[in-house]
Amino acid sequence: MPKLTIDGIEIEVEPGTSILQACEQLGIEIPRFCYHERLSVPANCRMCLVEMERAPKPVAACAMPCGDGMVVKTNSEVVHKARKGVMEFLLINHPLDCPICDQGGECDLQDQAMAYGFDRGRYGENKRAVQDKYMGPLIRTEMTRCIHCTRCIRFVNEIAGVPDLGAVNRGEHMEITTFVEKAIGSELSGNLADVCPVGALLSKPYAFTARPWELRKTETIDVLDAVGSNIRVDTRGPEVMRVLPRVNEDVNEEWIADKTRFAYDGLKRQRLDRPYVRKDGKLQPASWAEAFQAIAAKVKGVAGNRIAAIAGDLADTESMLALKELMAGLGSANIDCRQDGALFDTSARAGYLFNSGIAGIERADVILLVGTNPRWEGTLVNARIRKRYLMGGLKVAVIGEARELTYPYSHLGTGTDALQQLLDGTHAFADVLRGAKNPMIILGAGVFRRKDGPAVQAAVRKLAETVNVVQDGWNGFNVLHGAASRVGGLDIGFLPGEGGRGTAGILDGAGKGEIDVVFLLGADEIDTAALGKAFVIYQGHHGDKGAHRADVILPGAAYTEKNAIYVNTEGRPQQARLATFPPGEAREDWKILRALSELLGHKLPYDSLAQLRRRLAEVNPVFAAVGSVTPAPWAPFGAEGALDAAPFQSPVANYYMTDPISRASVTMARCAETFVKPAESAQERTGTHG
Amino acid sequence: MSAPAHDPAKEPASFAFTPENLERAKAIIAKYPAGKQASACMPLLDLAQRQHDGWLPRVAMDAVADLLGMPRIRVYEVATFYTMYNKTPVGKHVIQVCTTTPCWLRGSDDIVHTCERKLGIGVGETTADGQFTLREVECSGACVNAPVVQIGDDYYEDVSPEHMEKIIDALKSGEIPKHGSQIGRQSSEPVGGPTTLKAFTTTQAD
Repeated sequence: MPKLTIDGIEIEVEPGTSILQACEQLGIEIPRFCYHERLSVPANCRMCLVEMERAPKPVAACAMPCGDGMVVKTNSEVVHKARKGVMEFLLINHPLDCPICDQGGECDLQDQAMAYGFDRGRYGENKRAVQDKYMGPLIRTEMTRCIHCTRCIRFVNEIAGVPDLGAVNRGEHMEITTFVEKAIGSELSGNLADVCPVGALLSKPYAFTARPWELRKTETIDVLDAVGSNIRVDTRGPEVMRVLPRVNEDVNEEWIADKTRFAYDGLKRQRLDRPYVRKDGKLQPASWAEAFQAIAAKVKGVAGNRIAAIAGDLADTESMLALKELMAGLGSANIDCRQDGALFDTSARAGYLFNSGIAGIERADVILLVGTNPRWEGTLVNARIRKRYLMGGLKVAVIGEARELTYPYSHLGTGTDALQQLLDGTHAFADVLRGAKNPMIILGAGVFRRKDGPAVQAAVRKLAETVNVVQDGWNGFNVLHGAASRVGGLDIGFLPGEGGRGTAGILDGAGKGEIDVVFLLGADEIDTAALGKAFVIYQGHHGDKGAHRADVILPGAAYTEKNAIYVNTEGRPQQARLATFPPGEAREDWKILRALSELLGHKLPYDSLAQLRRRLAEVNPVFAAVGSVTPAPWAPFGAEGALDAAPFQSPVANYYMTDPISRASVTMARCAETFVKPAESAQERTGTHG
Repeated sequence: MSAPAHDPAKEPASFAFTPENLERAKAIIAKYPAGKQASACMPLLDLAQRQHDGWLPRVAMDAVADLLGMPRIRVYEVATFYTMYNKTPVGKHVIQVCTTTPCWLRGSDDIVHTCERKLGIGVGETTADGQFTLREVECSGACVNAPVVQIGDDYYEDVSPEHMEKIIDALKSGEIPKHGSQIGRQSSEPVGGPTTLKAFTTTQAD
């Protein structure tokens, strides 16, 4: 362990620590542009120069490993002079157009120029100007501002895993560009705007709309996939202006996926801002009282078993619990939170969780992906697998669709036959799994949409047990969900009760006239045509499929407009917080249900969110520990049965449009146009489609 | 040179190595250990440039990238970094006049002017018949024999404006003029012959 002195303070650090990292441990701030703690170290900006005794000239702190007996000064005359010189060079070709730059106010160069810049330039020549590059519908470029730190190149190469960016030409003519004039084909491309320390790469949808100091920042979580990325929602007045990532090492590190970041414009379109009641076959605006009255009139006298409820993918846990208890009050056991009709055994919590945790991927040495395209179903899970791959010594195998996943893998097969071979031990990869120290199986939730879902679940459990996926201190059996509401719904038991119907049963019953009233809590991904003549109540925030079919619409709040708990695929309950108020007459969802319950004569026993949360923790103790994962004990689950030979299919056909919010987003539509459509038509052309 | 230099209008639709060049390419790749094929990038780009009339279209860079299993942008970076890869079409003879200090002191400006007058083009331009491209380059590394002109792969040293005219005339008539010192110097001996070690040098002369 090298021991060194920095600014007169002695510190002992791990071997391999750079001087910059040691300074951070001491709380000494070192200016930097090219250095980023999650990227490789090129040491090309030279801003982090420090003085080291017995060194002939200042050294770059980011690239100099600590050595025993080093004496480093970070605040001396030499250091200041060196950094001022570097800053002057960086500013030679920088336009200094801060007043019209979107980065202004949160710009590393601007901030550091305050400390190390001169108050006037000594450069009298013409500054260079660089042509802007096209990087797709999400990233806006202003390449004249680029200081060539190459963070973006390293980000797309290392983290995103798509080598689309590079530096062409040399010296004064060096430019960052895509190859050539091409959109960056990554679901993580939005992070480029964050890694860029200046205003060269910016968010296209956010361009020229706001200044950072006029935004109100709310720390919340994302619900557009089941990863539960930690985000910061920036609002101005009633409007969400942008979404940025928040650091959570266990979940999303400091990245977020493009859908998380850019689907927010969907929050402003197609909104349900007042109740509606269908009169004479047409939805008419109504007051809350009228809407509740219409429901009460319809529900009164209907037997419990003729009422049903389905919760959608964006429903929060509190409202699902309220709806569940309301349905219980009405005597109905027909409830389901799996609107996609997924079938699997929910008796053991370990059977539907991402048990190892997302951070646990870094401990795995063999990963088997079954029936999932993690790049689209959980972009940051995929990023974590890539990170593990870059650490070296990882073997990945895929059963299912062979997609480009940004790391190499062996494709074992497309259907259950490969799974069966692994179980029998006849496949060569079975030995690899058996020889692994921390093997991991990631099962896509799309698998459960198949008729043989419980059988696949049981088969994978059996495989997990035979190849040591579950051991002391390691549980590598992982289910990757796609819906943010799913694990929360399962944890509170928003599932058919005794004799109750599941999603398929409800739709079937409604079609046959055996179900009279269907309550959709934001459920849009169901076949609404199958609802027959049933009276449909839709509570949600977007005028999507469910609202079109509804007889009464109750306007709810989107995830940025309510305080609510969502449970991610790991089983981690996390709190979403209110950043803006719901539009118009829309209300927080649990409050709507609480008000409705009173009118239906089954008053729910909670008057505040705190009381509801207390009830939540009673129903399932995992909700008492918001933010952390309660490990699920291993227990038998799944129903053994015959496996269908049909190939696995990922449930996400279009990453950019998976839910009512992203479907209403113009930015997401542009992305689908740019990235998904060309790929689809190319597939059709080669005849491999279908 | 500041924009990513490629001209879509002049891009050919496709590029493929000829069978002979593919053999050569394989021999070059075989020089490097397995998994390090990217090391063959520069010689392969040169091979592609020689095959394609002295310049590298984008499709040729793509072909090299695909052959080496490299991301295309990585090859594009290499090709644009070095000025000796031509990203736009060039004439049959690329005349590169060195104008760095030693050559300049020995009259390289006159050489440039002679070329410009004789060919009717400016520096960086190509004649209309596609025969000549004229370039100014930085130090060619043959300062002892300044001024130096590189044409294709050959160095013409100790060049005077008269020599330059003769060289261009010869090239125009399809001959390849003798390269090396135009005043008959042996390598870098003093003008007018050796002054010391005379006995030794006469036996050593090539």
